[in-house]
Amino acid sequence: MLALFLRDLRLGIRAGGGALVGVIFFLAVVAVIPFGVGPDLNLLARIGPAILWIGALLAGLLGLERLFQADREDGSLDLLVLADGRHMLALSVLVKCLAHWVANILPLVIASPLLGIFMNIEPIGIAAAFATLLVGTPAIAFIGAVGAAVAVALPRGGLLVSVLILPLAIPVLIFGVSACYAATTGPQPFLPPFLILAALTLFFAVIGPFAAALALKANAD
Amino acid sequence: MRLTAEKLSGERGGETIFAGIDIVLAAGGGLLVTGPNGSGKSTLLRILAGLLPPAEGVIRLEGGSEEWPTVAAASHYLGHQNAMKTALTVAENLRFWRDFHGDPHLDVAEALEMVGLPGIGSLPFGYLSTGQRRRVCIAKLLVSHRPVWLLDEPTAGLDAGSERRFAGLMRAHLEKGGILIAATHLPLGLEGVGELRMGAGR
Repeated sequence: MLALFLRDLRLGIRAGGGALVGVIFFLAVVAVIPFGVGPDLNLLARIGPAILWIGALLAGLLGLERLFQADREDGSLDLLVLADGRHMLALSVLVKCLAHWVANILPLVIASPLLGIFMNIEPIGIAAAFATLLVGTPAIAFIGAVGAAVAVALPRGGLLVSVLILPLAIPVLIFGVSACYAATTGPQPFLPPFLILAALTLFFAVIGPFAAALALKANAD
Repeated sequence: MRLTAEKLSGERGGETIFAGIDIVLAAGGGLLVTGPNGSGKSTLLRILAGLLPPAEGVIRLEGGSEEWPTVAAASHYLGHQNAMKTALTVAENLRFWRDFHGDPHLDVAEALEMVGLPGIGSLPFGYLSTGQRRRVCIAKLLVSHRPVWLLDEPTAGLDAGSERRFAGLMRAHLEKGGILIAATHLPLGLEGVGELRMGAGR
């Protein structure tokens, strides 16, 4: 299992530099917002956390459809499915999701404080955005695994994957953003939405890999 | 250990492509599956491995005890694709499969030497030629131990020398009590193994 994690991590960092592309896309999304809404610092500060979350969500969708497709094309997926007795397929999927998160999404989380400064978010808000992204974005990878597994046999499944998983990712977005607002402006406390966000991640960490494993087995042909 | 399949039939897209196939292989037994294109050789292997459900029939592995409960757990499946990542080096690829499959057998350098590619471990897999890729894939069979080898066109792209070397590896596997089923339409240079002709009645 560790071997699978290290292999996927190496591939994520080495082949095509998925991590860097994601960060640049995130930067591009966040950087165009001030041009769109105008240089109103108060407005930017108010919508900043939401923009960071939406940017991270969209950037996190990049490369998700390759999660299993690359393995399917070179035949590795057959061997992962066959090894089910030794390494349960759902666990293999979980490990692949974690490797994807570390290689492609963690860099976004790390870049988010810098982009928070672009958006004129106050320091406490930047800290809240960082914390919610750190806790919430793994859920995107776990939900994404289901979409990627369903669309694994489709040659141009990228857009389909995004469309399939965005509705499921909405609760994550809602609680992530509301925790950020609770930390900056709102009278309501920060902790309840943050804990629900953590619960969502844990929930999808269990459901996502099992559903993805079922879809992969059904798609083996 | 005995691998048996009874009255196996397989279908692709709702159409039956073979039916009533019986296979009995004891330890040390080999079987060549031959036949024209589209006769269901690959489908048969995928069904035996457990990647596709059989339309009818049962597949059993007897005497595998707890270590090898099912055919899938006891097999190396060598498909059309090589299951290697072009961005990683040959040694990284082989080391990954060795760790992932468990039951380590030969180490990576020894396995590469057995397929006639010594000193190639540090090259990215993507730099290799078709035949060299296939040989690395054959080395994957050697880095971890499995009693059953399911090989789908194993010699595609190999030169004559590599074919002979691979025949030697297959003979060694059978002599050690392994089971081997290979789908091919090229002679593999194996004597004393059974042959199953697919699609003869079509």
